[in-house]
Order: sequence, then structure tokens, then C-alpha cells
Amino acid sequence: MSNIKSSLYNLRVLDDLARKETSIHLVHPLTKLLTTVVFLTVVLSFGRYEIVGLLPFFFYPIVIITVAEIPLGPILKRVLLAMPFIIGIGIFNPVFDQQTMSAFGLIFSKGWVTFLSILIKSCVCVGASLLLIATTGMDSLAAALRMLKVPKIFVLQLLLTYRYIYVLIEEISHMMLAYSLRAPRQRGIHPRVWGSFVGQLILRTFDRAQRIYDSMALRNFNGEYHTGKIDKNCWKDMVYLFGWCLFFIIARTNNLPMLIGSFITKVVN
Amino acid sequence: MSYHMLEVRELNFDYPDGYEAIKNISFTIRRGESVGIIGANGAGKSTLLMLLMGVLFPKNGQVLVDEVAVSKKTLPMIRQQMGMVFQDPDDQLFMTTVYDDVAFGPRNYLLSEQEVNQRVTKALELVGISHLKDRAPFRLSGGEKRAAAIASVLSMEPDILIMDEPTSALDPKSRRRLISLLNSFEHTKIITSHDLDTIVETCSRTIVIKAGEIVAEGKTVEILTNEELLDHCGLEMPLSLQNCSICGSEKDFFTEKTKYSTTNTYGIQTIERDCRVSLVEN
Ligand SMILES: Nc1ncnc2c1ncn2[C@@H]1O[C@H](COP(=O)(O)OP(=O)(O)OP(=O)(O)O)[C@@H](O)[C@H]1O
Ligand SMILES: [Mg+2]
Repeated sequence: MSNIKSSLYNLRVLDDLARKETSIHLVHPLTKLLTTVVFLTVVLSFGRYEIVGLLPFFFYPIVIITVAEIPLGPILKRVLLAMPFIIGIGIFNPVFDQQTMSAFGLIFSKGWVTFLSILIKSCVCVGASLLLIATTGMDSLAAALRMLKVPKIFVLQLLLTYRYIYVLIEEISHMMLAYSLRAPRQRGIHPRVWGSFVGQLILRTFDRAQRIYDSMALRNFNGEYHTGKIDKNCWKDMVYLFGWCLFFIIARTNNLPMLIGSFITKVVN
Repeated sequence: MSYHMLEVRELNFDYPDGYEAIKNISFTIRRGESVGIIGANGAGKSTLLMLLMGVLFPKNGQVLVDEVAVSKKTLPMIRQQMGMVFQDPDDQLFMTTVYDDVAFGPRNYLLSEQEVNQRVTKALELVGISHLKDRAPFRLSGGEKRAAAIASVLSMEPDILIMDEPTSALDPKSRRRLISLLNSFEHTKIITSHDLDTIVETCSRTIVIKAGEIVAEGKTVEILTNEELLDHCGLEMPLSLQNCSICGSEKDFFTEKTKYSTTNTYGIQTIERDCRVSLVEN
């Protein structure tokens, strides 16, 4: 019980974080959205054997985390949540791809290299997306999507799904509490009542969602979601976008670690 | 502008499972009037309000708001005039902050952000929760949620205010504040409550429903002092109208006004306080 309730609170951590007012939070949502899209595109454009070239791209999430004062814990936890899927996708590469390659005078299994490459790409991509939500908030993000002329039905779908998760978890936590208070010696829920428990849950969340929708409709909601308080794009936002894009492109076209490495060795010598 | 703000004609409603929740209900409410709807649990109060708001549609019968029948077509227009506070505030609060929740309605009216801000600030002040504006609604206490839900409707500045059990879960101070707030509105008001003391203080007219039917309708004072009727409907006379619990002296509502100088709007005086004073003095 305490678990599910606390996971509800945890879920909302992203919303809480989005309410901070650091310089990153103040950047226009559209700018952040575009920056993230460019970031994802560039990272995903790397070849399957690329590892070293990807390393500079950790710079972006690290900067955001630091400047936006986002605690590392909740973000890492969520990235880890995505891990099973990523591993599931990548784990067969070492089995099927038994060739070897050499770099830095060492021999590597190509399979493991691709696996590692997938892992890194996924981590930075998931991390960057989470950071986008944590620094922007779902509502503003939706507004940004609307500015990009994404059809309102899709944006609404996204928003309502995001809200519906909370409704679902709240109902679960209420039912679990009611159950555990009357079944004190039991751990978890007895398999005998699973069926009725799940059935109840579905009906209850449907009902609840319906009532929430009613209350939205009563307040003149007609499919367009107005979040208000979004300022115009200003030159700072442009600088932010172009600054990052420049960095991404340089990091994509040059091997930054190599450059830095040779620069340092030159200086040392 | 018509004389009748709200008219209900022979309303019938069945729930999808076949339960007959509303049977042949008719009444009218005049502009500016405040009407209480009382009845035991399951009498059909919330269902009736949902029908008034066009959330549910009747099997037959009609609801007329300002002489316009509530139908799918007229709904957007009618909903601009009516604001409803739900029985369960959790159903009403869904945004990430109290502020955004209260601003939801005004923003849907496409007001400028400045106007929205004015309305939200005013509504939050009215219910006394300005300090909660940046909190997440799901982390508030029951009473705070209720206050936020009320503010979210007030910010829309409706002509008709419909409230389903507004004082449940409120502490005495907040309840008092809400009652004086309600009394200060010139809106047409429809209030359901089990807390009959609230009805006494806010509504001049009362409709009693039992098992989906109207059993009585009339002046609040008359209805709420009719012990037999209330008992029949599973209700109890409000404390403020009962005989004094300390000295047992009977209360005479219609002469009370002349006996005491401090009477409320309907000429009802709580004798208890005087008795307690005399007990203390003895
Ligand atoms: N979704 C539903 N499906 C079927 N029957 C329902 C549904 N909702 C309510 N009812 C039934 O309709 C009747 C009236 O319900 P309603 O919620 O209007 O009562 P109420 O007067 O508001 O009660 P309370 O004072 O407890 O809030 C009840 O007997 C209830 O069992
Ligand atoms: Mg009810």
C-alpha cells in the first residue's frame, strides 16, 4: 500500500520539478521541444558501431540537470525503468554478431559494441526526453505541440493519458488501502479476489474519468486545451536553440573526444 | 430576461441499469432565488443536479434555463450560465496546481491571461485559500480541496450556482465563511445538503425529495420545522431550529423575532446561546 501511494507521489515528481523557475525552465517550451528533437535526431543518426562519438552527448543532459537544478535520482530511476526494454532489444546482438573489430590497438566483439552503442543512445535519449518534461511540464509541452500544428486530437490524447495514469493509480491506492485494512494479516492481494479487484478497478476508473470529463465540460472545455501564460519566443530562446544545435552538429561531425585528447597530449608534450 | 430562471418540467430519469432515480419532478426557480434541495442518501439529489446541468439527459421531461431547453445543441451556451460544484472535489480538480485548476474555466472562455489572473485571484480570495495557489490539488486536505473546487466554479462567474453538499468536509470557520459567501451572492443558487443548518441559513425555499420524487416544497422555515415530514424523509430538524437542548424551552419561530434583537434573515434565533450564558452565570 505505502508503495503504491509513494509511487503516486513519485510519478508527480516530474510535475513538481516542472514548476521550478530556473533559467532552463524559463526557456520557451517550443524552443526546448525543438532542441530535444534535434538532439534525438543527431544521437540516433550515429552508426551502430559508434561509441566514442556518442560520449560528448552526455554533456547536454548533464548541463540541463545542473542548470535546472534537477535531482539526479528521479531521472536515473526512470531511465532504469526503460532499461529492460532496451536490453531486450540489444541483448541478441552479441550472439548474432560474432565478428571482431579493432580500435585503439585492442580487439572488440562487434556484437558487444553495437549493444553498448544501443544502450548509450537509449539512455541519453530517454534521459533527454524526461528532462524535457521535468523542465517544461506536460501542459506547456502540449501547448508547444499545438504551436507546431500537431492536430489537437493527438495532443489531447497525450494529455489525458498522462492524467488518466494518476486517476488509475489513485483508484488502485484507495482500493488497496480498503482491502489491506480489512485483511490485516495478508501480504498483497489474495488471488481469489484478483478478478473482482481488477473488474472493480476498471469500472471505477472509467466512472471517475467520466466524472472528471463532465466537470471539464461543465467548465466550457471543448477540446482545446488552454494552458495560458506562455510568452512569445524571444532572442534568448533563439540563442539557446542555435547554441545547442551548433554544439550537436560539431559533436556529430567531429570526433570531439579524439580532438580534445590530441589537444591535451599536445599541450602536455 | 425572464422571470423564471430555471424551470423543470416533468423530469424522469432512469440509470442505464434500469434504476428509476428521478420520477416526475417539476419545479421553477425565480431569478435570484436560493433554493435548497434536501433528501436522505440516495434520494436522487445529485442525479437531479446532473440533469439540470445537462451532464445526464432525462428520459422525458425538460429543463429550461432562461426559457431555453437544455439539449445537446444549447449546452455550450447554457453551461456558460451555470456553475456546479461536484459532491466529490476529486472529480473536479485535475490540473497540476490549484491556480491552473481555478484558471481552467476562464481560460476556456479565451479571456486574456491578465483577466484570468484577476478572476483566479479573486476567487481564491473569496474562499480564503490564496496561500494554496501553487500547491498540487491532490495533496490538499478534504476541506481545502472542497474550497478549491468552489473557487474553480466561482472564477467562471456563473449566473446560477449549483452546489452539491458544499459544506461537507469543511471546518466550522470555513463553513461559516462559505455560508456568508453564499449569502453575499446575488446569483440564483441551488444547494443540496444534509447539513440542514446550512440550508436554513442560505436558502429561502426548500424542496424535499424522497426516492426520486418531490414530497414537499415551500418556505425553508416551514419545511424544516415540520418534524413529521422530515422524519418521513429520513431527515432531522436542524439543531438551530430544535428546542433548546439545555433548558428544553420551546422555540417559537415566528414570535422569536420580536423577542430578540439579533435574529437572522428568517427570524430564527438560536436560544441555546442564551441558555448557556445563563448556565455560566448560575
Ligand atoms: N451510475 C449509477 N448507476 C445506477 N444507479 C445509480 C447511479 N448513480 C446513482 N444511482 C442510484 O440513484 C439513486 C440516487 O443517487 P444520487 O447520487 O442522486 O443520490 P443523492 O440524493 O445525491 O445521495 P447522497 O445524499 O448520498 O449524495 C441512488 O439510489 C443510487 O443508488
Ligand atoms: Mg449526492
